[in-house]
Amino acid sequence: MSHIRAFGAFWWNFIVGDDWRVAVGVAAGLGLSAFLSHRNIAAWWVLPVTVALVLVVSLRRATRGAG
Amino acid sequence: MTHDIFLFLTTFLASGVEAVEALTIVLAVGVVRGWRSTLIGVGVAALVLAVIVAVLGPALRLIPIETLRLVVGALLLVFGLQWLRKAILRSSGYKALHDESAAFAAEREQAASASPAAPKGMDWYSFTIAFKGVLLEGLEVVFIVITFGATQGRLPLAAAAAVAAVVVVVAVGLVVRGPLERVPENTIKFAVGLLLTSFGIFWGGEGAGVEWPGSDLAILGILAFLSLVSALLVWQLRRQRVATLPVGAGA
Repeated sequence: MSHIRAFGAFWWNFIVGDDWRVAVGVAAGLGLSAFLSHRNIAAWWVLPVTVALVLVVSLRRATRGAG
Repeated sequence: MTHDIFLFLTTFLASGVEAVEALTIVLAVGVVRGWRSTLIGVGVAALVLAVIVAVLGPALRLIPIETLRLVVGALLLVFGLQWLRKAILRSSGYKALHDESAAFAAEREQAASASPAAPKGMDWYSFTIAFKGVLLEGLEVVFIVITFGATQGRLPLAAAAAVAAVVVVVAVGLVVRGPLERVPENTIKFAVGLLLTSFGIFWGGEGAGVEWPGSDLAILGILAFLSLVSALLVWQLRRQRVATLPVGAGA
């Protein structure tokens, strides 16, 4: 059981990394892009803006209280 | 053409960085405990990585291209943002810079303090450390080679870029016989983070049905936008860090 847990932890850390909010933000950006595109609404701006926002939020959390 | 150049550059740089880290581990263990078991560990790890590429590469071709681009784009985005996030934290002083000579010294000390191997037998310590180091660093390279290669249908080009990077790093490592501390690793990681994230945005968007203005050239626009955002974040975080330092600490 511990091997399965370690295996899962390795892949989680490998792909998701230090901040799971980044993965959630990316999923939300892709979902919104697909939603808009399938309604023929221009969606090219969604992912760049999402990534910029995700970076700002994640870095703010990472540096809060650090000096 | 733009795709091919970026694909080669990204894979070469990412593979180079991982190869430097793997080489540091292998050199430290090999110098202290001997080369036989260390090199066997390296060889077995390389074999495992080659099997992963050989199995996963063709398997990915069976998936429809739009689905593949969506999944690969999402993975590259998450993966690239990890690199970019850490690179911004390092550049702004919130995270220590990766120091290959310190990593080499620490690995060397650990190898020296481990129980000695039988004179003619297999040194399992050297084998395990070299195997683990090469496998773990190599997995990141394999991930990039497979995702880039399969999405673009250019697996041989991506693999060639990775092999070229490993050959260059090992050749330089053999010449200097020490850790490659002069490689500007953090700068390269910054560039790789930007490239991985840009490709992730482009392919993820295509997979989600986005039509990019300017088609393939949109990658350059995304890269420029991300570079600007990252530079602004580094500048802002540096200011924030200086402002929170105790008076006199920066003098």
